Amino acid sequence: MKRTGLLCGLRRSRVLRAAAGTTLLASCKPAGVLDPQGPVASAERLLLINSTAIMLVVVIPVIMATLVFAWWYRSSNAHAARSLVESYEERVEFVVWSIPALTVILLGGVIWIGSHRLDPRAAIPGKSDPLRVDVVALDWKWLFIYPDRGVAAVNQLVIPAGTPVEFRVTSATVMNSFFVPQLGSQIYAMGGMTTHLSLLADRPGEFPGLSANFSGDGFSEMRFVVRSVPADEFTAWPEQVRGAGSALDDAGYDQLSKPSKAVPPTTYRSVSPKLFDRILEQTIAGPAKADIGARWHPPVHRAGG
Amino acid sequence: MLGRLTWAAIPINEPLPIISGAAVGLFVLAVLITITVKGWWPYLWREWLTSVDHKRIGIMYIVLGLVMLLRGFSDAIMMRTQQAIAVGTAQGYLPPEHYDQVFSAHGTIMIFFVAMPLVIGLMNFAVPLQLGVRDVAFPVLNSISLWLTATGALLINASLVIGNFARTGWMAYPPLSELAFSPDVGVDYYLWSLQISGVGSLLTGINFVTTILKLRAPGMTYFRMPVFCWTALASSLLIVAAFPILTATFIMLLLDRHLGMHFFTNDAGGNQMMYVNLFWAWGHPEVYILILPAFGIYSEVVATFSGKALFSYRSMVWATLGICILSFMVWLHHFFTMGAGADVNAFFGIMSSVIAVPTGVKVFNWLFTMFRGRIVFKTPMLFAVGFIVTFAIGGLTGVLLAVPPVDFVLHNSTFLVAHFHNVIIGGVLFGVLAGINYWFPKAFGFTLDERLGRASFWCWLIGFYLAFMPLYALGLMGMTRRLEHIPDPSWQPLLLVAEAGAIVILCAILCQIAQLYVSIRTREQRRDLTGDPWNGRTLEWSTSSPPPDYNFAVLPRVDSIDAFWHLKLAGRPPAAPAYEAIEMPRNSPAGFVTAFFAVVMGFSLIWQIWWLAILGFAAAATVVLIAGWSIEREHEISAAELARMERVR
Amino acid sequence: MTLAEIDRAPNEVSSERARGRGGGGPAPKRIVVAYGFWIFILSDMVMFSALFAAYAVMLGNTAGGPTGAELFNIRSAFIETMCLLLSSYTCGLGALSAERRDPARFLIFAACTFALGAAFLFIEVTEFAGMVEKGAGPSRSGYLSAFFTLVGTHGIHVASGLIALVYLVAQVIAKGLQAAVLRRLLCWSLFWHALDIVWIGVFTLVYLWAT
Repeated sequence: MKRTGLLCGLRRSRVLRAAAGTTLLASCKPAGVLDPQGPVASAERLLLINSTAIMLVVVIPVIMATLVFAWWYRSSNAHAARSLVESYEERVEFVVWSIPALTVILLGGVIWIGSHRLDPRAAIPGKSDPLRVDVVALDWKWLFIYPDRGVAAVNQLVIPAGTPVEFRVTSATVMNSFFVPQLGSQIYAMGGMTTHLSLLADRPGEFPGLSANFSGDGFSEMRFVVRSVPADEFTAWPEQVRGAGSALDDAGYDQLSKPSKAVPPTTYRSVSPKLFDRILEQTIAGPAKADIGARWHPPVHRAGG
Repeated sequence: MLGRLTWAAIPINEPLPIISGAAVGLFVLAVLITITVKGWWPYLWREWLTSVDHKRIGIMYIVLGLVMLLRGFSDAIMMRTQQAIAVGTAQGYLPPEHYDQVFSAHGTIMIFFVAMPLVIGLMNFAVPLQLGVRDVAFPVLNSISLWLTATGALLINASLVIGNFARTGWMAYPPLSELAFSPDVGVDYYLWSLQISGVGSLLTGINFVTTILKLRAPGMTYFRMPVFCWTALASSLLIVAAFPILTATFIMLLLDRHLGMHFFTNDAGGNQMMYVNLFWAWGHPEVYILILPAFGIYSEVVATFSGKALFSYRSMVWATLGICILSFMVWLHHFFTMGAGADVNAFFGIMSSVIAVPTGVKVFNWLFTMFRGRIVFKTPMLFAVGFIVTFAIGGLTGVLLAVPPVDFVLHNSTFLVAHFHNVIIGGVLFGVLAGINYWFPKAFGFTLDERLGRASFWCWLIGFYLAFMPLYALGLMGMTRRLEHIPDPSWQPLLLVAEAGAIVILCAILCQIAQLYVSIRTREQRRDLTGDPWNGRTLEWSTSSPPPDYNFAVLPRVDSIDAFWHLKLAGRPPAAPAYEAIEMPRNSPAGFVTAFFAVVMGFSLIWQIWWLAILGFAAAATVVLIAGWSIEREHEISAAELARMERVR
Repeated sequence: MTLAEIDRAPNEVSSERARGRGGGGPAPKRIVVAYGFWIFILSDMVMFSALFAAYAVMLGNTAGGPTGAELFNIRSAFIETMCLLLSSYTCGLGALSAERRDPARFLIFAACTFALGAAFLFIEVTEFAGMVEKGAGPSRSGYLSAFFTLVGTHGIHVASGLIALVYLVAQVIAKGLQAAVLRRLLCWSLFWHALDIVWIGVFTLVYLWAT
């Protein structure tokens, strides 16, 4: 098991060294960015492959030419034809500028179209109405609020497969980045601000999610699971949640917002209304002046591991 | 009385920093004792510490950079080891509060105290020689720059044993770096050491812009300057235009932390996005501050070792200037994921890939220089060829990251880490190592050992690919950067490969140390008596190795690019030149003493010992004022004296 | 004897004198020094631009605190402007008398310049103190942080300019108006004029815009 993994890894690195095939990589063990589970991630992978291909058309010949020239024109090669006088030709110069320029013009088009088609804010056309989820980055866990369902979850994001999900993202603490590699685009979570992101999962499944922007000592464990479930199962899910767990009222949120690491997935049977907006306001208002520096102390030693 | 400084600041209960700190301390102590016992202080003081000779200052910069490379590399190997073993249930040997300091220190040190001193050191050494002049425009200022950079390096190393370093990453994004979330001295160490060394860098930039634009040998018009001088000029212009932005940004963060202001806080109207924008408005030009001089070195090396003039000198110059200007128009690509609109992202994405045009032109020009040349594979040329291949890959992944939707899934991943190491190791560091191997004989009068130089090159190259290609793959697999603990066991094999790469790089560094040692031991056999060991093309090779203090007894006259090459083609100029009296700057302790007080000031500011900080600042300012009082900063070497010195050489 | 003739480059090449394109070899010291100082001023301008940008970004971020319109006294800002502009005028006159080797006149104009600069600083500090007293200090809001930092940084520049002026006057008294001292005076007046330009920016973008 380990050995095949290692071989696989070696092959990967060599494959990449030739910079020859990000696609081949996927054949190894599908994961992460190369194993998209939604339209956004698929389009982004396609863009990744296309752009790589466009550039390889130039980069591979350049690398080959470098090695061939270096080898052939080595001083010990008696067969090489040399001309050591200054050899400058305008035609060559023209080619030298136009090859990268043409490549970049082509890529520029790709960039322009891609940026607009894959704008994180752009709504994803879907059969059903989008689901709204509010995301709050806390130290060091993710809070997901379902404003239309009145429930919330920590480090666990349950979404219906095939339905677009519209995220509003903020942070009650430092900057984080909300990212589900297999679903596509990440977006920063910033205090006192809201960023918007639309994603969609094609099929049911479980996908890892994480914070992609370093946020302090508990950052490594700031991970969550996306559970994409069939639509009918999702309709039943809030009911299940309402039947168990505690309520996320003001006291509950105060408790939750304290720094903690590696928090197991939990659900809340109810959420106080407009919690997301109040978190925004609270972050903008900030702690009382006298409390700055006193309220928030990172734990000096790992709690429990 | 002592601000925040108490005995608790010394981490006695943490073995790692204490042991490494003690080891470094003992080593420094041993060096100091040796110097004292051998009675080398007067020599050191006279010839080095107070020297304003650009060659000596350049060498000291390079020594500083190489020493700090050891520090930054030990951080790197600690990180690689932690990531290789802390997988699944294993927690590794570094707790997060320590690991976070390690990667923050690694980034900060490698950019500010390795790459910058190495690049600036080579500029210092080579530019005035290539321009055919005797020194930089402001020699004393140059010495101040050097010692202020050293001050920053010293402060950052002090954080190892007194207090702690920042745990915010090398960009220190707020609000994490604000007092509310980083109440200890770590971020203050970061900010003050970079502020102080930043002043040094800025003064260097001013000095070199003035030197290159106003001090050149007679006849050396702009388009007769060696390409390295052009790139040094572009780099210096970028320093002048970019470093003040960093200074202003850090002033704001410092005011937030010290005076409770609200530039970047979450609350009271702060705007963290502004920090990110300002930081990268400096940060992206900084990338080109480092890489452009490296491009210049490759241009010199490829032309020299191919025995040919650089192909299309003019387009090389225009490409350099193009990159210089474009570098200010792309900063947003460092944070496409902040949620700017599609138009903005697309604009910055396109601008970023446009930089690939002049860069691509440079690569083609190096290729055409090699074409039909007679390539001699000395160590610098090996680094240059290794660079072109490696940089092509780094450029490709860079342009990939410039495509905003691709960046949305690769941003902050190890793919990004692999990309910038690809261009910084494969671009900047290879360039610097090529430059050191290339100019070493000029600086010391003997060549470096080829066998060990080649060994170090191959170790660097293989080590780099082993260490960073897995990170590309891991990034695509969804691994984000700065993880202290690896959640997915299937990533471990690749992380072990990366660890192996780091060990190969360690071998590369050991080879270099051995190369230096062996070359010094056998220097008598490897003397360069001609002053021109590589059959060089530019003016630095026209003087002896090492050059006299005054570089050129008579300033050379320049009629073309590759001035020395054409001089050689035409046959050497007739002997017995007409000497005239020259003026040389006098040594000055101003730089060293100012930096001493800057250390006092910086340390006191970090620990909030306000009275001492004021005292330190006042003392440093007084030193500058005293230095500014004197009128006679030059001493004259008469024509007769000069003729005598030239005969002795 | 004019300034240009005072100190020539040691290795001046009189033929092919194409200065600027570099044909003529190293430039004379006076040019080099002034040029370097210009570059320094440019870098300083870049720093101020960053602070101006920060101020523009923070314009609306008053966090419920006072706005500029509620705080600024346009009349005192106008007086400050006049002080600084006049001081630049006297600074220019001082530079002219220095170049004519007239130390007595130079000292009179330097004293005027110093007095006007000090008056400017006094008004600014009074203004700042009044604002802090009203509870509108720099830690009140992001907007006020940006205001105090931008205007304060200019103020610190003026203060250090005054210290440098005293220092240079001491040099003039001790050494007379010789070439090296004149070079330093030239740099100082460049600095002083540059501060004027920054202040014009501050006055327009901070004070006039707000009121």
